[in-house]
Amino acid sequence: MSLLSIQNLSLSIHGTAILHEVSLDVAAGEIVAITGESGSGKSMTAFATMGLLPQGAQTSGKIALEGSNLLALSEAQMCSLRGRRIGMVFQEPMTALNPVQTIGAQVAETIRIHEKVSRHEALSRARAMLTRVGLPEARFPLGRYPHELSGGQRQRVVIAMAIALRPRLLIADEPTTALDVTTQARILELLRDLTKDFGMGLLMITHDLAVVADLADRIVVMQRGRVVETGATTQVFRDMHHPYTKALFAASTHRVDLPKPPPPVPLLEVRNVTRSYRGARHGFFGPRLETQAVKAVSFTLNRGERLGLVGESGCGKSTLTRAILGLEPVQSGVILLGGAPVWTGNLPNLAVRRQMQVVFQDPYGSFNPRHRVSRLITEPFHLLENPPQGAARSAKIADALTAVGLRPEDADKYSHEFSGGQRQRLAIARALINDPALIVFDEAVSALDVSVRAQVLDLLAELCRNRPLSYLFISHDLSVVRTITDRVMVMQAGEIVEQGPTEQVFAYPQHPYTRKLLAAVPQLPDIRKAPDAS
Amino acid sequence: MMRYTMGRLISLCLSLIVASIVIFTVVEVVPGDPAAYMLGVNARPDTLAALRSELGLDMSLPERYFAWTTGMMQGDFGQSYTYRTPIAAMIADRVWVSLPLALFALTLTIVIAFPAGIYAASRRGKLGDLGVMGATQLGVAVPNFWFAMILVMIFAIKLRWFSAGGFAGWEGGLLSGLKSLLLPAVALALPQAAILARVMRSSLLDMLGEDFIRTARAKGLSRRQALWRHALRNALIPVLTIIGLQFSFLLAGGIVIEQIFFLPGLGRLIFQAISARDLIVVESVVMLLVFVVIVVNFVIDLTYAAVDPRLRLRK
Repeated sequence: MSLLSIQNLSLSIHGTAILHEVSLDVAAGEIVAITGESGSGKSMTAFATMGLLPQGAQTSGKIALEGSNLLALSEAQMCSLRGRRIGMVFQEPMTALNPVQTIGAQVAETIRIHEKVSRHEALSRARAMLTRVGLPEARFPLGRYPHELSGGQRQRVVIAMAIALRPRLLIADEPTTALDVTTQARILELLRDLTKDFGMGLLMITHDLAVVADLADRIVVMQRGRVVETGATTQVFRDMHHPYTKALFAASTHRVDLPKPPPPVPLLEVRNVTRSYRGARHGFFGPRLETQAVKAVSFTLNRGERLGLVGESGCGKSTLTRAILGLEPVQSGVILLGGAPVWTGNLPNLAVRRQMQVVFQDPYGSFNPRHRVSRLITEPFHLLENPPQGAARSAKIADALTAVGLRPEDADKYSHEFSGGQRQRLAIARALINDPALIVFDEAVSALDVSVRAQVLDLLAELCRNRPLSYLFISHDLSVVRTITDRVMVMQAGEIVEQGPTEQVFAYPQHPYTRKLLAAVPQLPDIRKAPDAS
Repeated sequence: MMRYTMGRLISLCLSLIVASIVIFTVVEVVPGDPAAYMLGVNARPDTLAALRSELGLDMSLPERYFAWTTGMMQGDFGQSYTYRTPIAAMIADRVWVSLPLALFALTLTIVIAFPAGIYAASRRGKLGDLGVMGATQLGVAVPNFWFAMILVMIFAIKLRWFSAGGFAGWEGGLLSGLKSLLLPAVALALPQAAILARVMRSSLLDMLGEDFIRTARAKGLSRRQALWRHALRNALIPVLTIIGLQFSFLLAGGIVIEQIFFLPGLGRLIFQAISARDLIVVESVVMLLVFVVIVVNFVIDLTYAAVDPRLRLRK
């Protein structure tokens, strides 16, 4: 008998069907991954198992944990089961912990609500569990608060909470999506070890096929609330049947063809740029500490070149981007675009700024919901001295929309009428409308599903073929950077530790940090590198 | 924590200095000579000059400012122009009515608002929530003097449980003092409790939607446990802010209620002083109120840090 057995689970919320006859099994000691794009119902399957569905949810079918049907249990029975026999780990470690309680109290709480033990004993068991998940006492005493920990460390606390009572089943919902590659690799390793040590079943939910390939014993592919394919991981990757699985795989490994860049003529020159922030004072009258976010960085981006910038969170990518865009002054060094400085004196140089545009990560948050598309994408016009009016303006709007694969009629719509991928096209249209010399893509495809991401990458490649496009592409996703850039820079702790032609850096990384970063990237089976590369 | 407290203390002192300068200047620029007002239109110039010098009105502005502030620091608020008695004593009498009244009303506010807000949040969208929300809507809309009159009519005139007004003083014991403050305190507290209950509810509902509540539920906490153990403390920050504002309001803003219940409080004192152009009393009472408000805010700031560890800067 398997540990968890979901049979013909159907779910509707306020009458809208979410899941259709979902069936899957997880055995003890087994790692099963549910994968699929957003809206496929993978998280809802997990929440149904936890009995934590939103209000108005109607379920049918059966979810059996060691033989007992969870759907038939009362809320009180589910409460005694959650945390004791099923643990769950969530996607967003930054917000998953209570900010006003110590980590010790939060881990001990799992123990204390299920077992009659003293506070002292619960805390000592919490201590042992935190040590087990890689948070030793010396550096992480029980009295620490969540805000004193990094994202990866917080995720370890969440894991410690979930496994404190050694549950039979652990559900992990996108546990590493919000983390850096190297942190992701360590958390995945921890989950794998714990599964083995405790003999738990692990039901892992992820949109990332490469993570699945590295970790899972079996894989369940979901699409629009249905299971479309399931089987042992190696077998599914070797022999895919369902067209959706194939499409998903193809999109994950999507490569684009970039045209050859023109001969090098410098466009953006960054010379010895340093940006530091003043930290807290040491003692009441003590000196303020300076944190150098960007340390003497120099590089050149040529006209028509696609340059990538990779590194982990906190490495200074964002600070450098803000400096390049002229949003913040720098302490020393110069940034030139087409030979003209981005900052003149104490003011940003508007003549330079109008030649740069940026596309951000969040396709939902970066548009004013009350403006029509025609107004949204013409926002850069305010930088121009003589913005186009009347017919010229309409023509510009139509051109920009057509260029990103939308229709000129879309100009009268509001942003909520578009999907995430279409919104990111709008953001690109907004960036293109002034024909800027340089576009900065700041994690521009990171929030998109793989198939949508593949389309947006295709769009970028097409734009490169049709117009002289130079861009700086900032991402933590190395596989995307590999296909969409000509050259790449690797940034660590405020410094650029390696730069070179993209293919060369990826195939023959020189700096130890680059090697570490590349080794941490989960790989899909058929693009797996030779063993020496990892 | 030390640095946080020091920082708050410095800001407290600066606020007091700025406030005292503003109050002093505003009162000074108001037209009208208190001495002339006191002696009437037919006063002889030399009598006027003598009185002006006695009141210290012939000193330069900075001199008077420093005399005023240093005096206050030593508990000497000067002499009332109209009553010719020390202001400190006048204030002391009134404070023993207004401060207990404000504290009493604030306690009632919290005692009513917390359970109501928590109950409404835990029953979101259900009948209990709608009931509490309807009642608080009414409480916010109806002015407190109207409540006061209704209370007098029911409990003083009809049932004769309480006296309709006046203050028995603390000499007769704590209970008789509190008894004479109960109706005014309830009248003051009801609208404030309605506001605070609504803030409590919405703040709690915000917190209940947070990720860490979902984490708590995944640990096996029931909805109720998650609310009490995790949402409540996080929800307190906005609630504390409102409590701070309400205390300041209750201390000074009870003037209508003081009139209705014939209470000799600060509100009435300030009202009488303004009518009699007794500017030095106005100045001193306002400064005292500002002082209390700033100190209350300081205490609220310290409570924030006690509730939220992120505010306690380390080292």
